[in-house]
Amino acid sequence: MTATKWEAVIGLECHVQLATETKAFSASASIYGAPPNSCTDPTVLGLPGALPVVNRRQIELALTLGLATGSTLRRRSRFSRKHYFYPDLPKGYQISQFDEPLCEHGTVEFVVDGVPRSVRLTRIHLEEDAGKNLHRAKRSLVDLNRAGVPLVEIVSEPELRSAEEAGEYMRTLRQLVRWLGISDGNMEEGSLRCDANVSLRPVGATTLGTKAELKNINSFKFVERAIEHEIARQTAILDAGGRVVQESRLWDADAGTSHAMRSKEEAHDYRYLPDPDLPPLVIDEEWIDRARAALPELPTARRQRLVAEYGLTVADARVLTEERALADWFEAAARAHGDGKRVSNWVQSELLRELNRDARTIDACPIRPEALAALLRLIDDGTISGKIAKEVFTKMYASGDAPGVIVEREGLVQVTDTSAIETAARAAIDANPKQAEQYRAGKTQMIGFFVGQVMKATGGKANPAAVNEVLARLLGA
Amino acid sequence: MTELSHLPAWRLAELVAAREVSARELATLHLARIARADAALGAFLLVDEAGALGRADRIDAALARGEQPGPLAGVPLALKDIFVTRGIATTVASRILAGWIPPYDGTAVARLYAAGANLLGKLNMDEFAMGSSNENSSVKPCRNPWDLTRVPGGSSGGSAAAVAAGLCAGSLGTDTGGSIRQPAAFCGLVGMKPTYGRVSRYGVVAFASSLDQVGPMTRNVRDAALLLQAIAGHDPHDATSIDAPVPDYRAACERGARGLGGLKIGLPAEYFVDGGGINPEVERAVRAGIARLEDAGATVVPVSLPHTKYAVACYYLVATAEASSNLARYDGVRFGHRAEGTGSLLELYCKSRGEGFGPEVKRRIMLGTFALRSGHYDAYYRKAQQVRALIKRDFDEAFTQVDLIATPATPTAAFRLGEKAADPLAMYLADIFTISCNLAGLPGVSVPCGFTEAGLPIGLQLIAPPLCEEQLFTAAAAHELATDFHTRRPPELA
Repeated sequence: MTATKWEAVIGLECHVQLATETKAFSASASIYGAPPNSCTDPTVLGLPGALPVVNRRQIELALTLGLATGSTLRRRSRFSRKHYFYPDLPKGYQISQFDEPLCEHGTVEFVVDGVPRSVRLTRIHLEEDAGKNLHRAKRSLVDLNRAGVPLVEIVSEPELRSAEEAGEYMRTLRQLVRWLGISDGNMEEGSLRCDANVSLRPVGATTLGTKAELKNINSFKFVERAIEHEIARQTAILDAGGRVVQESRLWDADAGTSHAMRSKEEAHDYRYLPDPDLPPLVIDEEWIDRARAALPELPTARRQRLVAEYGLTVADARVLTEERALADWFEAAARAHGDGKRVSNWVQSELLRELNRDARTIDACPIRPEALAALLRLIDDGTISGKIAKEVFTKMYASGDAPGVIVEREGLVQVTDTSAIETAARAAIDANPKQAEQYRAGKTQMIGFFVGQVMKATGGKANPAAVNEVLARLLGA
Repeated sequence: MTELSHLPAWRLAELVAAREVSARELATLHLARIARADAALGAFLLVDEAGALGRADRIDAALARGEQPGPLAGVPLALKDIFVTRGIATTVASRILAGWIPPYDGTAVARLYAAGANLLGKLNMDEFAMGSSNENSSVKPCRNPWDLTRVPGGSSGGSAAAVAAGLCAGSLGTDTGGSIRQPAAFCGLVGMKPTYGRVSRYGVVAFASSLDQVGPMTRNVRDAALLLQAIAGHDPHDATSIDAPVPDYRAACERGARGLGGLKIGLPAEYFVDGGGINPEVERAVRAGIARLEDAGATVVPVSLPHTKYAVACYYLVATAEASSNLARYDGVRFGHRAEGTGSLLELYCKSRGEGFGPEVKRRIMLGTFALRSGHYDAYYRKAQQVRALIKRDFDEAFTQVDLIATPATPTAAFRLGEKAADPLAMYLADIFTISCNLAGLPGVSVPCGFTEAGLPIGLQLIAPPLCEEQLFTAAAAHELATDFHTRRPPELA
């Protein structure tokens, strides 16, 4: 028996918190990390008599995601109440969308091992988050700050075939929601959460096997591990001739394993009811047009354009489109300078190194894109050498000063005066007769040694082209 | 001159605004009447004496400073205990909310305050507004001031009893299936359920969200217009509230004096069928009321509302389904009653709710939960919504022929305490003439149209198309001009 006998069938349900200032159905602030129960109001607390009112911002953000995934947008959708009792659910029901979700039939495209993949989305619907129960030794506490925070639930078709694909799908989704500015996609803070439906079937089969639902995959690291673990668990059961039980399983990241949830925890009849407090959500064409107009160029299109427009490699374009702000930064610099390929090299080697070291995002970058372009122009016009430019770059990053200012202040202007270079070159040749002999005997790569000597003598400020030319002339004589 | 306790609310507001009477005098007078009479009546669940006197003094001080008096300046009101009042216990007459002090005012309450009204206290009701006799109050029954052996109606029974007995100048009730109009009819008051969405439901404890509506209960038509004027209008806190201008309801009342020439009133055959449960005395009084409208110039024509017979069944599916959902929040976790000594979360829920809700509330939660179970939805809730659409269409079609529809408000006058308490279905049928209005979202008003031989008030119901409250006020005012029923008073209570 081998694992290759089985094919994994995986569908993901991802919950993404929308980055609104207030909650889904009330004007209560929505701030992560605020003191417990401070982001509440009568509606969030589910007090008697309190009513929900739709926060239109959440609709705009969801529409953006719907458009970006090529979903069909329902012009008239409905909020429903999903009932269950739990202390973190103040009203005894969650406002969600059931039979009439906002978005359907979208797709998410990504690449696994260089191969493009496309996964269809069943639906994207809006719902409100629940609060959090905090369990202490003898009692439990409830923090309702998170209650009522707007979410979109993105449900994929069961079209993922491996943990790796699922991981890549998740990374793509995360990049997309961040790119669109609709969520920070931060799994550690719970802005992005994922449940995975996993089943196995014999390779070549077209029907679905019995699935288990993996809940609580709340860290990016664990998406793949949890699914791999589940595939291995089901493989072992099926290989041994057993049957997979349909159940919900809770992923325990600390133990690296999952356990079945008690049937009571999942035996819900949600008694869906169209929410009589909320009229149907009607999306007119104008609203969609506005959302479409505000839609940024999407990552895939942007990558393709960067390759075409700036002559970048696909790999370079991929790095530069990790974040929309980075791509924007790159393009601003590339446009200001003109040579996108060189700008790309500088961004990837110098800029990202500095940012990564400081764990800074591009938004917090002290260097403006125009300043990088100015720095490259100083190389182009021979004012400084490439080597000096890297020093200048470090100083720009540290101080935020313009490159010209740094070059001036530190006396880094390149020496192009041939007489000064000639003096240094003569001195180097005189001091190293043996090496000069070798060069003349045909070992022309020795010129590098002399270039080094001259650069050292001039503090790196000599123009390398001029140095080469002078040395070749003097050594050749 | 009629003593202050029985003057119209609009007249009291005039007297206070003119500083002929102080808000404090009115508060003191009514608080004394409550202290004297309410032990026998049982209308009040809470008398906020200190609060009422404090508010009265602030109203008087503002007038003394020369501030503009509000349209309800100093008028002593009391509210059904379903209205959420900041700092004043709000219980819906249920043990499950015992002791809950709300941190906010509902919109209608805030608007009454803004209009200068005073609030004397909170009034008895059927628990969670579920009932037609006020006997489902978990605190105490309320009695009809016209006959203390009889019910005041429900669910806004305390409101009806208190206003009729002159313990307050007016009240707000809520009407989900007749809970304003039926007790108004039983106690000889004007009670209006406005168009669904005309008054905000924010800060009104929900029973059945798609049916609940707030409205005035008063001793005369103009008072009802005055109260509705103060509370009607769009509210950004209620997504179902209607964003339409609020017309001048007082002017609409005044138009009643010009007669009802050109007004067409429909009598739905289905409401006047032989053996339909309508008491002959009631029918006579209702027909006499309709005759008064004709005398005022209206023409009366028959209309048909063929789906009327499904209204009660439809209502009890929609209302219970929504109630089972709305009442899920009473879980003992954040407010209200929590059972002692429970060992698990499930036990906490079961015991808190088991102890906190009364039998009728539990019955409706169970009915609604059953109707919403997976697999039942299509057969029950969805079907009920389809029937509801047909009932609404009946009215739409009728209103292509007539301006208003006239019906009895109730099949009988007030019944005796205990008479129907053991038979929920008989109790449900007490609302048979009022619930269609709620299902169709239409405005309806009950006005006093006579008395039984035993001296019990009888109500005539008028129903209008959506947002046509003005026509209701005009017709009700014209009717009132032709009667003296609104000036009659129940016996003074010792």
